[in-house]
Amino acid sequence: MTSSTRRLLWALPPVALLAVFFLYPLLLVVRQSVQPDGGGTSFEPYTDVFASGAFRDALWTTVWLAPAATVGCLVLGFFLALVIAFVPFRGAKAVAKFIDVFLSFPSFLITLALLFIYGTVGMANGVWTDVTGAAEGPFRFLTTPWGVLLAEITYFTPFVIRPLLAAFSHLDTAQLEAASSLGARAPRIIRQVILPEALPALAAGGSLVLVLCLNEFGIVLFTGAKGVTTLPTLVYSKAILESDYPGACVVAVVNVLISVGLYGLYRVVSRRAGA
Amino acid sequence: MLVHSRGTRWALWTLFLVLFIPLFALPLLVVLAASFATHWSSVLPSDLTTAHYSAATRGEALQALTTSLVTAAAASLIALAAGTWAALSAASLPKRVRRVLDALFVLPVAVPSVVVGLAILVAFSQPPILLNGTRWIVIAAHAVLVTAFAYQSVSAAIVRLDPAYEQAAASLGARPSYVLWRVKLPLLLPSLTAAAGLCFALSMGELSATMMLYPPDWTPLPVLIYAATDRGSLFAGSALAVVLMTATLLVLLAVSRIRTKASYR
Repeated sequence: MTSSTRRLLWALPPVALLAVFFLYPLLLVVRQSVQPDGGGTSFEPYTDVFASGAFRDALWTTVWLAPAATVGCLVLGFFLALVIAFVPFRGAKAVAKFIDVFLSFPSFLITLALLFIYGTVGMANGVWTDVTGAAEGPFRFLTTPWGVLLAEITYFTPFVIRPLLAAFSHLDTAQLEAASSLGARAPRIIRQVILPEALPALAAGGSLVLVLCLNEFGIVLFTGAKGVTTLPTLVYSKAILESDYPGACVVAVVNVLISVGLYGLYRVVSRRAGA
Repeated sequence: MLVHSRGTRWALWTLFLVLFIPLFALPLLVVLAASFATHWSSVLPSDLTTAHYSAATRGEALQALTTSLVTAAAASLIALAAGTWAALSAASLPKRVRRVLDALFVLPVAVPSVVVGLAILVAFSQPPILLNGTRWIVIAAHAVLVTAFAYQSVSAAIVRLDPAYEQAAASLGARPSYVLWRVKLPLLLPSLTAAAGLCFALSMGELSATMMLYPPDWTPLPVLIYAATDRGSLFAGSALAVVLMTATLLVLLAVSRIRTKASYR
């Protein structure tokens, strides 16, 4: 046996595990999506699902919510990282540490917290009714897509800040000093020195956040809003609540195609960026 | 220093705090404060109590915490073993094969976790392997989901490894297995523990695949938190969430201590 075949053989056990527990199950999902409950093989589940209003709603919500949240995360993350890195203050290091800790918590905690802050009987509405004497507060966006958007921007912004801070730490501050001593003002330095340096990290962080938003489940589930469904929550409700497995598999296939396509793009972008 | 004027600097810091505190610090504080309260319809929570914690640390809740800890520990160990094995064997393969392996092992990040849950549910509710209704189906799903992260961080660490060490050991006559055990793995130990911590934290908070799969006698903590908030017990849910966060942080702290010990060697 040559040494290169032996190396290939060494890679086999983990690949076999992955095949049994991930690739084969995925294949079964695709197979089930063309096997309607009535028996036989047809694209009937696809035509059924594509024709349903619930699917179109979920697809549309997913497709506009994810890019909107991504843009929000990029803008907010760029600003926050800029301040942490270039206008440092006492405690900036602690803030960076806090962001690391933040990343190790599950996403649904954010929605849980928002329920206390903006919920129908929450803090903000309570203050409003106390101050104005009105019977009800004005904040009721939590069960709409806007509530999901706010939660997603909150939870995923640290995913943009982290690579940005890493990129900024490679930036030679002498460049900033030189630009500034030549008379460039802050906005111009940001545009012409910092932004080009940050672009790869922004692209990589942004596309990761886009995929994670497309796949987000906990945040949407915890809002408890029947009005907001995304593709992942539709998969859950079709499979577990309605026991419509072929339908759930169809939605799953669509979701996987969108996410994996975008993730492939992310890998290409981040490899180009050397991140 | 990017901004030289004092006034602008203060304005930026104020804007930073105005954005940072409500968005990132407030949610965690709110969950923490709510876990001690029974009412919250004004600026501050009212009717303070520790009853939620006494409920959150016994009976069903305690069982859910143990379930989560056991699931996360088992899933991270499996993921670490499989991910490290895959990353080490991939590193010695030609570039094109390695690319394929990279893509395969990172795929579970891109596939929505709900779909991973659905796929495992569909696959293991039918022969040849029947796992549906057992705890193993939850552990298997968590292991699949976190293996991708273990693989990514270990293979990133292998790239940074100085090949001179293993070349030196090999040139002195060490067998490949000896080089692996006594040179490579000890050098990789800091990244391995970091990967283990990451896997553990992700598995502790995993909700989407778990919701598709969990049997009634193996309910992890996030599912219990969802059940509590879904029936309107937001305050009890917050106490459970604080227990979850504390347990995760304690394990992460313990794991990072292994790392600092190892780096002194």
